[in-house]
Amino acid sequence: MPKIRLPKNSPHIDMTPMVDLFSVVLIFLMLTTTMRQPEPANVDTPFSISETPLPDFNTMTFLLSNDGKVFMNFDNGGDTILKYRPKILTAMGERYGIEFTEAELRTFEMQKSSMGIPIAQMKQFLNAKDNNERNALQVGIPIDSADNQLSFWILAARQVNPNIKASIKGDSKTSFEMVEKVLDILQDRNVNRFNLVTSLEAVKINLEEIQQ
Amino acid sequence: MAEIIQQEQQKGGKRRAKKHAPHIDMTPMVDLMCLLIVFFMLTTAFSKAKIMEIVLPEKIKDPTKQEAPKISASRTTNILLGPDNKVYVYPGSVKPEDYSANPPILPPLTATDFSAEGIRRILLDRNKALFKKINDFNAEVISGKIPISQDSARSMVAQLKKDDDTGPIVLIKAHKLANYGNFVDILDEMNICGIARYTFVKIAWYEEMMVERAAGIASTATASAR
Repeated sequence: MPKIRLPKNSPHIDMTPMVDLFSVVLIFLMLTTTMRQPEPANVDTPFSISETPLPDFNTMTFLLSNDGKVFMNFDNGGDTILKYRPKILTAMGERYGIEFTEAELRTFEMQKSSMGIPIAQMKQFLNAKDNNERNALQVGIPIDSADNQLSFWILAARQVNPNIKASIKGDSKTSFEMVEKVLDILQDRNVNRFNLVTSLEAVKINLEEIQQ
Repeated sequence: MAEIIQQEQQKGGKRRAKKHAPHIDMTPMVDLMCLLIVFFMLTTAFSKAKIMEIVLPEKIKDPTKQEAPKISASRTTNILLGPDNKVYVYPGSVKPEDYSANPPILPPLTATDFSAEGIRRILLDRNKALFKKINDFNAEVISGKIPISQDSARSMVAQLKKDDDTGPIVLIKAHKLANYGNFVDILDEMNICGIARYTFVKIAWYEEMMVERAAGIASTATASAR
């Protein structure tokens, strides 16, 4: 009887199919991914049954955090090629007599997350070295009637992009007093149509019970 | 198997180096790919955020030019959002004089909450006819009895709502101690219950007082608005 020789080296597993599969998954994920923007404030959006997805462009988003700060974001979509963000900042700078350099405008354009910075600190924010320093400056846009910068941001955004729509992304624990203030400012600027950002939730209604 | 090996052994004594296709070790590549996949899976936001549209009535800058629209008091339902996720409902309307009268003439304030048995039950009771119509229509669309595209189905529902003249006219008012979640919840209830006519209006000072009295909290400094 012949000897059965066992292979000395460790058995080789053919990894080609696995690599193939991985490549496909990887390419799919890379193409479909939309990066989650790190927001300066953590916001748990309330739930609703609405199924309309958030539009990708022509939006200005107001982020209302739990602790009463207002942040704002513009055009978080593909239309950044139209360079709305730097234009809005230039318009704001003109109003407050601050001139932003080309590099600063570029930085503002690159910043994709919401910002909540008083305009006086804007230069400092744009020239900050790292994100920690940036986040420390995020104190919210002033909205009180003495120094209503939010109102001017809205004005600038609407002048630069007339098609812009307002979305409100609030934490479900945000006090309504704050929300009302922001709504009020928006209505003063003749914005009466809002998109409230929510998460999807299923609701079932028992019809028989109602008909009793 | 054994036979084949036998044959080979018989063929020749020469040991030949086996012809192997050069093997590339793919392990590092697989490792890297795993890492990338995990990274992308974690950073991808698969479920896009949803939005709920709301249109607020335009601010009337000159009250002398434009009168508030007249609505029948019998169909009006007022929803007051109070503190601690509470909701107060009262029918009809209150005038400032009613509150100032001694004793104040106030409508019955029903306290309820956001559960399915709370405000939803109240709204569905009022809006039974329309809700049934919309529900039947949707059921027929889903079961395929009415061949219709999604867009036209939506506009049909909108038409049903427009033609309705029995359902309540809901005025939503929020006390400043309510939170944003309550606001979205109540607008969501309007969509769930198929309320045809609702709007959000600013709360009046006497309504704030009513909420505060019902909730048993100290009155805030809103009385100055008198």
